[in-house]
Amino acid sequence: MLVNGKTHKVGAHIDTDAIIPARFLVTTDAKVLGANCMEGLEPGWIKRVQPNDIMVAEENFGCGSSREHAPIAILGAGIPVVVAKSFARIFYRNGFNMGLVLLEVGDDIAKLRDGDSLEVDTEAGRIKNLTTGETIICAKVPPFMQELLDAGGLVPYVKKRLADKQ
Amino acid sequence: MSHTLAEKILQGRTDEEITHAGQIVNCRVSLVLANDITAPLAIKSFEAMGAGKVFDKDKIALVCDHFTPNKDIDSAEQVKVVREFARWQEITHYYEGGNVGVEHALLPELGLVGPRDIVVGADSHTCTYGGLGAFATGMGSTDIAGAMALGETWFKVPPTIRVAFEGKLEPFVGAKDLILHLIGRIGVSGALYRALEFCGSVIEGLSIEGRMTMANMAIEAGGKVGLFPADEKTLAYCKAAGRTGDKLLKADPGATYEQDLTLSVTGMGPQVACPHLPENVRGVDDLKGLKVDQAIIGSCTNGRIEDMREAAAILKGRKVNKNVRLIVLPATPKIWRQAMDEGLFSVFLDAGAVVGPPTCGPCLGGHMGILAGGERCISTTNRNFRGRMGSLESEVYLASPAVAAASAIAGEIMNPAKL
Repeated sequence: MLVNGKTHKVGAHIDTDAIIPARFLVTTDAKVLGANCMEGLEPGWIKRVQPNDIMVAEENFGCGSSREHAPIAILGAGIPVVVAKSFARIFYRNGFNMGLVLLEVGDDIAKLRDGDSLEVDTEAGRIKNLTTGETIICAKVPPFMQELLDAGGLVPYVKKRLADKQ
Repeated sequence: MSHTLAEKILQGRTDEEITHAGQIVNCRVSLVLANDITAPLAIKSFEAMGAGKVFDKDKIALVCDHFTPNKDIDSAEQVKVVREFARWQEITHYYEGGNVGVEHALLPELGLVGPRDIVVGADSHTCTYGGLGAFATGMGSTDIAGAMALGETWFKVPPTIRVAFEGKLEPFVGAKDLILHLIGRIGVSGALYRALEFCGSVIEGLSIEGRMTMANMAIEAGGKVGLFPADEKTLAYCKAAGRTGDKLLKADPGATYEQDLTLSVTGMGPQVACPHLPENVRGVDDLKGLKVDQAIIGSCTNGRIEDMREAAAILKGRKVNKNVRLIVLPATPKIWRQAMDEGLFSVFLDAGAVVGPPTCGPCLGGHMGILAGGERCISTTNRNFRGRMGSLESEVYLASPAVAAASAIAGEIMNPAKL
């Protein structure tokens, strides 16, 4: 998948209460959750986002609760990719399961500024910063996780496992 | 190969040989957990997977504890989804109403978790059961749906940071202070993707409840699990909860640790985590004079009977400051009854506290103690993220039940030793 969009940069240790505060967890609807994405960081944050824009974060993005509503809210907001210095563990797994592309780039995060235009090749793990001309290559995901991605995510993977059992 | 606690427990429930950290293994799970917020999404995914029945109706726990007693129509609808799924699947361990408690206080007292178990829960504080020597970790709803269908899940074997606590605990200093101190030292991503393994003479001396308080907050350092060895105390706790067949558990001599930390606690006073991250830890005396509007005693971190007793010992014969709302939420029906039978409620009510039902409630800004802009709360809960308990302009300070109780009396953050 090739994603072209503008970056929205957030800080370090962005927790899931910032991504989607608990008062919105009375629904599982992606549109409703998306409309309130990052409401715990800054009310009305979502207004700046255009479809296919990219979230850029510092370390430990998605720390805190296990709520899957967090990656669903980001996807629901029209953001298909998050690039971070590092991700919190549960959020990372949830992102994969929900089909939100998560790219961990370490110190290269400094090469991405708020408002830069990026072209992201999600399969190759390549981020081209069209504003500065720089390119970042991300580390490959472990083979087992790639298998999950190739299957289309955890839901089709389990579906296939259950079918194989019968 | 010599195994850490994490490796040893995982090895016990996989057919693959564990040879190194970072390896990905499939493990059979002992128990799968979800709550009223996370189960509806898990049920959605479970249905999308085309899974007919859960892998074992006795090994799923569905606990409606977060927004219950249902705070509004939407939360009531969510619980309805969980209830109907539980009935259809004939789930043995479905909890709502008079038998429900805060999940991580409830499951240990029901004997549903114990040493060498692998527990996965759609709740980040599932790591609490590490206090009993269980490899227990939080996951998202879809991972939990997969585990409910297959009875297994995949894990990346985590590297382990071993933390020894040595020295002598001062009066009014306990498990909550130990874990806050550690998080202050290593930071909220200090154990990211890693297992924490606790040891040392202070740990050996801690009660099982105290160990669960510490394990509970492993996630606040980014940890996957917070593990304690299972000793005679653990076995006695599990036996009293109705379990049979549990065995002692400790790490192998010569196991490989990524990092070894030793913390001396002698002379350490009560610890408080300041807004808006659990790593902003200060000694309680540094915060003297900071007014509070609310105090919460409860949650999966500190809502157990020992916590109730610790708070009551401070509150006995004293009055809550007129500018403070003190809310006490015993975490399970059993704890509630115990506190009542021991006369603790008289102490709380005489002091001017509100005693509420078992619920996660205010911890995550659900209900029963939401903060307005500019308000400050001292709380025995586990997270103080911005807006966690209400307004984005409110503040949460994390501390032990003794500090929360002392602060409620003083009207400002207070060292119980100096009350």
